[in-house]
Amino acid sequence: MSKQQNTLMGWIDDRLPVTQTYEKHMSKYYAPKNFNFWYFFGVLSMMMLANQILTGVWLTMNFIPSAEGAFASVEYIMRDVEWGWLIRYLHSTGATFFFIAVYLHMMRAILYGSYQKPRELIWIFGMLIYLALMAEAFMGYVLPWGQMSYWGAQVIISLFSVIPFGIGDALTEWIRGDFLISGATLNRFFALHVVAVPLVIVMLVVLHLLALHEVGSNNPDGVDIKKLKDENGKPLDGIPFHPYYTVHDLVGIVVFLMIFCTVLFFFPEGNGFMLEYANFEPANGLKTPAHIAPVWYFGAFYAILRAVPDKLLGVIAMAAAIAVLFVLPWLDRSPVKSWRYKGWISKVFIVVFAVAFVELTWLGTQPANDLNTFLARFCSVIYFGFFLLMPFYTRMEKTKPVPERVTGGH
Amino acid sequence: MKKVFALIAAFIPAFALASESGVHLDKHLTDLTDTASLQRGAQTFANYCMGCHSLEHARFNRVARDLGIPEEQMKENLIFADKQFGELMTIGMHKEDSKRWFGATPPDLTLVARVRRPDWVYTYMRSFYEDPNRPWGVNNAVFKDVGMPHVLAGLQGRQVKGTAQVAVGFDTLTGQEITEEHEGVLYLAEEGTLSAEEYDKVVYDLVNFLVYMAEPIAVERERIGWWVLLFLAIFFVPVYMLNKEYWRDVK
Repeated sequence: MSKQQNTLMGWIDDRLPVTQTYEKHMSKYYAPKNFNFWYFFGVLSMMMLANQILTGVWLTMNFIPSAEGAFASVEYIMRDVEWGWLIRYLHSTGATFFFIAVYLHMMRAILYGSYQKPRELIWIFGMLIYLALMAEAFMGYVLPWGQMSYWGAQVIISLFSVIPFGIGDALTEWIRGDFLISGATLNRFFALHVVAVPLVIVMLVVLHLLALHEVGSNNPDGVDIKKLKDENGKPLDGIPFHPYYTVHDLVGIVVFLMIFCTVLFFFPEGNGFMLEYANFEPANGLKTPAHIAPVWYFGAFYAILRAVPDKLLGVIAMAAAIAVLFVLPWLDRSPVKSWRYKGWISKVFIVVFAVAFVELTWLGTQPANDLNTFLARFCSVIYFGFFLLMPFYTRMEKTKPVPERVTGGH
Repeated sequence: MKKVFALIAAFIPAFALASESGVHLDKHLTDLTDTASLQRGAQTFANYCMGCHSLEHARFNRVARDLGIPEEQMKENLIFADKQFGELMTIGMHKEDSKRWFGATPPDLTLVARVRRPDWVYTYMRSFYEDPNRPWGVNNAVFKDVGMPHVLAGLQGRQVKGTAQVAVGFDTLTGQEITEEHEGVLYLAEEGTLSAEEYDKVVYDLVNFLVYMAEPIAVERERIGWWVLLFLAIFFVPVYMLNKEYWRDVK
């Protein structure tokens, strides 16, 4: 493996495959050369994960995980800790931008069929990351112990109580660790938010990447670049990830950071969608806020929940909305991967689905009046229609021929 | 109720009390760089509010530093009792006592401008009106049946709710003010020690101070933000050129 036995690197390589690993995943990992805008969001998600972990570690140094001390300790971080405000805003704004990156990353997979064979496992790992991320974000939002922390937790945890046969109530009590949301809930959420779930997410990200590098990256054309190789066995349409995509991603990172920093430094409350105004008031179990709204990134699923008149069925619909994403690789029966070569039904459905998801996200943050409820129901039908009708329209429609080589690009 | 013509209708906003929550809020044009205004607001807060309302997440020395108030002056005018310069701005009133006196403990106001928003606080402080049915003789158009007395009544005067002439616009031809008779509007029955304009200014300064109080780093945050964006903009150039250079040989 190592040719330079007498160097330090050779010495290490004989004991640990550092060079080999570096080559497999970076300098000799051949990625299609036609990646476009949508391909930035994987690395951007990773960057935001790193940001959340780093800023999170520093926040824990001054955060007090108790019902009595949590709220005041956050204000202490905002006022008395050197640069504490920046660390806190990096973390709170970071959560929003983490979800933006992840949602666009998932949209990319849907556009170009990146979940299709042989990448089903990559998609499954990605969905598990998304699920863990939702749990992580939810528990993180409880920690500042403001009114929305408390009442948001109250609403979400009470969802488990709809489970019949006496399981629901016992389960909610077990999750809360108390008969109500209390300091006990805050303490366990702190433990899960800071230790358990981040560990799970990091491990899943490793699996996500290992599975990706095993089969190779998809591309906007959905062409398998491994079919055509040169005399050295390198894909004709592939380029080494490093240095080509590292320098390329750096451009995306800087642009993304500019948007991130604009929000962080000038609109840290995100107009009440990122830091809800009511959450600047300490948790009070005796005073229910007039309007309990989730943070924006849970809006879509909350809107689906409320769209169903029955509570049990609503919870089932919300769970199904997430569960259906897991089986996406087996719903798509199209012979082609990318929407570029799919038929018009798929194209229209993807666009309408994306619009419906954005609309649901918005509706989830708004009070439920007649019009909003109607819109939420309408968009929920589109959301489920997109997935459940997929086995039919992807098989029926006429697809375009996929080229041998990738198109466009540079 | 008897008709009263409000003489200074232009300065008194008309509150269309159509619905409980749909009260019209006047805009507070916050200016956190106006140090003099922030100082006046801090003074008003110390004189009129701090008897009952704490600022328990803030410290006296930080306020003094941020607002450019010399330590001696701060100690003389804004720090009561045996409080130290570096201490949190808590108050001596016991929560159990104040709950008994007012029906509810006066809330801590460190973050009130972030919770309620500046427009709300600005309008609230100008919306007390006489109501003999309430324990303190006043009610509030923005916060119905609030337990708080009108602490600034001496400055504002007697505000009542009733039918009055309200300015609704200008005649485009003559330039004369058009007034309409509205029900349920607030108007001054008797001026206090300040004119309506002066009173609005006092409340403006007070709210300005509370906005500062809710997020003391706000001005510095934006200042740093411009430098961060400038750095990223400059950093973008070599990053872009590096990418272009590498990708030159990709066909």
